[in-house]
Amino acid sequence: MSQFWKQTVQIALIAGAVTLSAAVIGLIETFDQRDIIAGILTLGEILLFAAAPVAGYICINRLKTQRFGVALLQGLVAGLVVVLPVWGLLVLNSFWESIREAFINVSPALIEILTLRQPSAITGVLLLGGSFALLGVIGALFARLPKLLQRSLLTGIGWVIGLGLLSEILVDILRPRIGRPLTGVVFGAKGLHLTPTLVIFATITILTFVWRQWGGTQYQRVRGTMSSGQLRWAHRIQVVLGVIILLILPSFVGVYLSEIINNIGLYILMGLGLNIAIGLAGLLDLGYVTNFAVGAYIMAILTSSSPLGIEQSAGFGGITFWMALPISVAAAMLTGFILALPVLRMRGDYLAITTLGFGEIIRILARSDWLKPIIGGAQGILLIPQAAITGWFSSLLSFILVPIETFLSRFGITLLAVNNQGDIVFDTPPQLYYLLVLACLFMLFISVRLNGSRIGRQWMAMREDEDVAGAMGIDTTKAKIIAFTLSAASGGLAGAIFAAKLGSIYPHSFQLLISINVLALIIVGGMGSIPGIVVGAFALIGLPELLREFAEFRLLFYGIALMAMMLVRPEGLWPSATRRRELQSTEPLVEQTPTRAGEAHEAVTIGS
Amino acid sequence: MLRRFNYIDVILWIFRIGIIGLVVWGTVAKLSFGVGRSYSTANWLDFVISGLSQGSLYALIALGYTMVYGVLFMINFAHGEFFMAGAMTSAVLVALPLAEANILNDYPIPSLLLIFLSAILVSIGVAVLTERVAYRPLRRAPRLVPLITAIGASFFWQYYFRGLFGSSLIPFPEFDIFKGEADLFGIQILKTNLMVMVTSVVMLIGLQLFVTRSKIGKAIRAVSEDKDTAILMGIDVDRTISITFAVGAAMAGVAGVLYAIVFRQLNFIMGFTPGIKAFTAAVLGGIGSVPGAALGGLFLGVIEAVGPPLFLEGLNIPGAHQLKDVIAFTMLVLVLIFRPQGIMGERLTSKKA
Repeated sequence: MSQFWKQTVQIALIAGAVTLSAAVIGLIETFDQRDIIAGILTLGEILLFAAAPVAGYICINRLKTQRFGVALLQGLVAGLVVVLPVWGLLVLNSFWESIREAFINVSPALIEILTLRQPSAITGVLLLGGSFALLGVIGALFARLPKLLQRSLLTGIGWVIGLGLLSEILVDILRPRIGRPLTGVVFGAKGLHLTPTLVIFATITILTFVWRQWGGTQYQRVRGTMSSGQLRWAHRIQVVLGVIILLILPSFVGVYLSEIINNIGLYILMGLGLNIAIGLAGLLDLGYVTNFAVGAYIMAILTSSSPLGIEQSAGFGGITFWMALPISVAAAMLTGFILALPVLRMRGDYLAITTLGFGEIIRILARSDWLKPIIGGAQGILLIPQAAITGWFSSLLSFILVPIETFLSRFGITLLAVNNQGDIVFDTPPQLYYLLVLACLFMLFISVRLNGSRIGRQWMAMREDEDVAGAMGIDTTKAKIIAFTLSAASGGLAGAIFAAKLGSIYPHSFQLLISINVLALIIVGGMGSIPGIVVGAFALIGLPELLREFAEFRLLFYGIALMAMMLVRPEGLWPSATRRRELQSTEPLVEQTPTRAGEAHEAVTIGS
Repeated sequence: MLRRFNYIDVILWIFRIGIIGLVVWGTVAKLSFGVGRSYSTANWLDFVISGLSQGSLYALIALGYTMVYGVLFMINFAHGEFFMAGAMTSAVLVALPLAEANILNDYPIPSLLLIFLSAILVSIGVAVLTERVAYRPLRRAPRLVPLITAIGASFFWQYYFRGLFGSSLIPFPEFDIFKGEADLFGIQILKTNLMVMVTSVVMLIGLQLFVTRSKIGKAIRAVSEDKDTAILMGIDVDRTISITFAVGAAMAGVAGVLYAIVFRQLNFIMGFTPGIKAFTAAVLGGIGSVPGAALGGLFLGVIEAVGPPLFLEGLNIPGAHQLKDVIAFTMLVLVLIFRPQGIMGERLTSKKA
């Protein structure tokens, strides 16, 4: 029995320590700026209070408490123990006047949040303890609910938090379309209003419950009765809808969101490239930024009209974006090829650290005085022109585009805009968006084709076991070189577009962080999975851009995401079909058969 | 094992000869024709000594890599962060308050010990926590998995400590006893450099004795030899691995304080570059070997200090000192290509390589 309580206290203490950490490093205070329910609940408060119910829940689940009364008591104890470290911080704060000189984030604002904004510290402290205890009990009660209900409730909570987080952006998008009064009902200045929150929560919970209980099986049954021809049509409709959404997205979401989507696009490009090395061939390349930098610098040197550009320095003008693009990609591929040579014999972690070294070397060289006459040192290269379509091709395009545009403008939708001179310039984020979509679709196509190709299968064999692959007659040296070279191509493409997008490049844009970002999005999305990369890019690049104030904690969360993914879900958020099968092979096959069959079916229809 | 000599070998040989050629050319140009600035003998001696001092820091950090690699065959990417954690915490919570209360220079030796002790404790705490949470559950996972976890842990700790102590540079108080230069057999050495070297040597010898003589050291060696057999011999492998992390982290903590005393400015990303360089040193000396790490560290430190003024300036490269880090990374690549077993030459089996 004492063991039982000891473990309860242990779990609760860990939860409390996590909460304390979040408070001391400033997470709770930063998150407090974001209202989920306007004026009532902030994200910071959710973070502060989350530990208690979670601890209660884990205690019940871990220790398999059977009796109801014991469970309640356990939740109470867990909640009270969770609060101890936070109380400790409050006590420390009251004794140590200059605490901020050491712990920079223990501010009066934080203390105010921790004492629940009560005028008297004592009431605040007691109230905090009380609410933690109550929440611990709620967590314990939650653990006793049926699994289906638990899931539905969690989905409801998740939706409320998600909508609350994104409320500012949603208001921006929705207000011009459905009008201020309507958005005003649901959203406050920040976050949701209370009544809509409850309505949304209840609706989502009930919907999820109904869907999980009955809807899902109904859907499967209807789907099962459809003929292959019908399924093919359904698939076609999906594709057409997808293309339409892709085309009208920028005029729908506005300039700011388009810019974010463009950044995501750049990372999708890099992710697709690095995926060839990491996901397919199993070569952990931590110097991917090298290719990005080479692509960007070559584009800059070729097209810039500054003294460093080839036009001024060599009198070799008139190179447009479109001419420079293939050269940049080729240069990146050449770099990838050259840097692949020394690492061919290395494996795993040695390879990782060596490529990381390459990335650093490139950055240091770009910043150095030595190469300053060529690539501008720390001042970088300026005056890079934007990508533009001019001449006969733009005339042709505008011949097609202009009637469509005039038609669509009635609905407030613009696609690619043609300017007064009859040129199409990729200058604003919504314009650039189309360039990036084109590039991403091109790379997606190549990736998908590579995935099923001969060399793709060679890479996968090599990833699983290099020696065995070699013994099976695969030329691993050649396969590795091809992997590095092709993976570099996409990075070069991203770099070239990046240079034209920004108009100027500096060495500090090419830090190790870029490699780590790309690595993280591949890992989070699922190694070797192409949809996973898109999901990963949206989650890791898009979300932090939307939630600007969390910028300083971005890498903290990346670190947690990398660790958590490896510990809990190594196959990623959206794993590739093969990976899923490999990693789940221990689970009973019977349970999974229906979805498998569905997938196989889909694959056949896509292929045919 | 015999291997066919194919075109990759040819390319690698060209690469090797090219680099060696460049180094020789630069050195000759510098020494015989005096390209670039000219330095006196005393200058060169200064370069070597600061290199040795820097190198002994690398050596201390490299021990952590070497020991962990010895038992787990994994590069603990987060090791640089253990170094940072100890240095930052002891600076903010111990050194600065002591300096403010004027205790630091009134009682320098006890304060110094207190700073070292706190740094070691924090480093050990961070290391053991990381091992327990992030590495232990993945003991049997494919090799890429713990490496990615380690990268995640590294970034986590960097930004955790940024959150704790802020992102600005933290000044480390100056010790009066380490001001100025000491005269050692007619050579003028900065007292800080001397202190760093002496402390490092003491720590290295202590560690070597610990690993070869003590019972725990024996257990560590047994685990690094063969985990399964070690279990059969009644060794608690999990505990031994934790201890290995703790010992490596203690060394990193000491290195962190020494770094703080020399450079007197700390930051949350201070662990990254020394971490990679220390790893280079560990590989250079032969990963898994304690004396190797020491030798590799010293070697790397000296090359890094002497290289830019010697052969880089000889090659007529402007701003050669900026390329100091390039030398270290190039060394890493060269060693991994041509002598992955390092200077001390412990042969790597395919399991380790």
